[in-house]
Amino acid sequence: MKKKTLALILLSLFTVFALVACGNDDEGTDSNDSGESTNNGDSGETADSGEDKTIDFMHLWPEGSSPQHFAIVNDIIDEFESENEGVTVEVEILGNEQYKEKLKVLSASNELPDVGMTWAAGFLTPYVDGNKFASLDDLLEGDLNDLFVPGTAEAYALDGTTYGLPLELNITPLYYNQKLFSDNGVDTPETYEELKSGIQTLVDNGVTPVTLGNKDRWTGSMWYMYLADRIAGPDALPNAISGEGSFTDPGLIQAAEEIQELVDMGAFVNGYNGLGNDEAKGYFLNEAAAMYLMGSWDLPEYTTNENNSQEFKDSIDYMKFPEVEGGKGNRDSLVGGPGVGLFVSEDSDVKDEAKEFVSFFVQKWGERSVTDAGVIPATKVDTSETDLPEMYIDVLNDLNEASNLTLYADVQLSAAAAEVHLNQIQALFGGEVTPQEFAEAHDEAIAKENEE
Amino acid sequence: MNKVMSNKVVIALYVLPALLLIGVLMFVPIILSGYYGLMDWDGIGAMKFIGLENYAELMGDGKFWDSAYHSFLLALFSTISLIAYLAISLILANKLKGSELLRKIYLIPMLLSSVAIAQLWLKVYDPNNGILNSLLTTLGVDNPPAWLADTDTVLFSIFIAIIWQYAGFYIIIYSAALKGIPESLVEAARIDGANPIQIAYKIKIPLIMGVIKVTVVLAIVGSLKYFDLIYVMTGGGPNGASEVMASYMYRQAFGTYNFGYGSAVGFALLVICLILTWLIRKLTASGDEIQY
Repeated sequence: MKKKTLALILLSLFTVFALVACGNDDEGTDSNDSGESTNNGDSGETADSGEDKTIDFMHLWPEGSSPQHFAIVNDIIDEFESENEGVTVEVEILGNEQYKEKLKVLSASNELPDVGMTWAAGFLTPYVDGNKFASLDDLLEGDLNDLFVPGTAEAYALDGTTYGLPLELNITPLYYNQKLFSDNGVDTPETYEELKSGIQTLVDNGVTPVTLGNKDRWTGSMWYMYLADRIAGPDALPNAISGEGSFTDPGLIQAAEEIQELVDMGAFVNGYNGLGNDEAKGYFLNEAAAMYLMGSWDLPEYTTNENNSQEFKDSIDYMKFPEVEGGKGNRDSLVGGPGVGLFVSEDSDVKDEAKEFVSFFVQKWGERSVTDAGVIPATKVDTSETDLPEMYIDVLNDLNEASNLTLYADVQLSAAAAEVHLNQIQALFGGEVTPQEFAEAHDEAIAKENEE
Repeated sequence: MNKVMSNKVVIALYVLPALLLIGVLMFVPIILSGYYGLMDWDGIGAMKFIGLENYAELMGDGKFWDSAYHSFLLALFSTISLIAYLAISLILANKLKGSELLRKIYLIPMLLSSVAIAQLWLKVYDPNNGILNSLLTTLGVDNPPAWLADTDTVLFSIFIAIIWQYAGFYIIIYSAALKGIPESLVEAARIDGANPIQIAYKIKIPLIMGVIKVTVVLAIVGSLKYFDLIYVMTGGGPNGASEVMASYMYRQAFGTYNFGYGSAVGFALLVICLILTWLIRKLTASGDEIQY
């Protein structure tokens, strides 16, 4: 008898646990529907202190790892607070990965900060679908009209509404080592054919032509994207990604074939599919590889970073990815995309102030980020008034001349399709799939996503 | 004391804290992940109940079965390696010169964190500057494989690292078990003219059979849910060639924001582990414990 009671107690305990857990969930979904109820707590807090309003702001630049970013953010906040009497900005800072995790958790429990950071396209979609981010169209039509480089704010738009404003902009130059080029009698290539013959010369001389950390997969994707752009023109890949076109487009197939030809030539560092990007970069920094296709976020490495010798930095230059003969793309079409951007929470109870803060932040950031932190902002920069390393000015000028900016494929795609894309890139580089299979796998994954 | 221990309420009270912790940290999440497995959920928005659809998809998901196959290979591989661990322990138990030192050396990998071990082996396997390929080149091998970049070699390259990682753990268990064998039995066998191999086969191994069974279960279940080195060394690549069930689950839930499906994978992993554990216990539950 006693045993039975004990068992009953235990059983009921378990049930209670299960119920408690489920109960929490219900609460979560309830508050999804009537978001205001949970935020009453916050607004009560602000009401206590008279007219004072608090904007909660979460960002991902801790003092330790990004001191310059951190300092600019603090300056901007101070300036904003002094210009807006009665508004305080409360900051919470997390490192990149923790930030992503925490944002997800906060979002699920409906406790997003008033202002926070997000990434474009694929990352943004679930938050917009869950009705978590506020539309920022009014800012774009008002204060920030014509301030952004074309194609950057659009990356944060879904169905014509913009939910985030970008702070960073990255393009993807092909860095190369002039010393290794001249030592081996290779000229800076003007066309893709010249690039290939240069690669052949380097291979023959026993120099690794290109370093590539394709364990990370997006690195190889950038090679494919450039070839796709140069061969099939700027529209083919975005169309294929949206599902309007197809990856079996002859130009896109040819781009995949070119990748495998480069692989067969021995263009890429030995073991590229097993190397991470940082390891691969090591080959370039140690002058063991002649070329490196990477985002403009690496510019400080070749201009201002004090850990690299001046001699090395002087020997590094970059080129725009060369044109393919007979291809539809041109050299001014760039692969790149905005980095992090700011969002305003839909459920924020200080939405107007938050939007004002975002607008203020974007403008101030644009004025200071290149000179103070070496970050290219998504807002237009007047290069004539700034004192910058040569390579920065070149990149900024390239940006101003850009005929087209194609967003990184893995950012454009939804998370599940991006996963297929990235795995297929590894398989393509590894010679496990034919260009035709590569194309079909993409089309299949994208069709499946569009169905849902 | 006996009085206290016979009071059921007191027992329940004593057991409660641990039970609460295990309940909250183990069983509730298990139940929850089973529950999430029935949902279409991206981890952010609202959940949608879709019944067993995730599990139906799982059945036809080639990538999942590939990763399951890799996990089973690892289980097989680590079970076989138990023989080597056992052999080493038997040799070390023979009071050789320096066996104490060797036992400590074998334990070192146990003291390192998985990420450190992964970094270490990444350096070993580095295709151009790694020790392994440098050695092979010195020995005259022309084109040594790029171990972690090649779909044919990546899985076994990581297996070797995993086996190295766990060697100390199993050797310690076996050594402790072997220490428990009365010296008199071995002595008696020796007087009767048994050679060391006979002693190992006929006396030592039968006596520690119970421990061996436990290690087999540990090795198999541990392999099936293995994650760390794979995640750090290759992330499951290239193109899924080293994906195992746990890394596939992680990728689905945290990589592609498919929490519902990721939970279903996790639950399937649990079920597979339970079935296998039961099966092993069943298969190895042969007769009584041997005693001399």
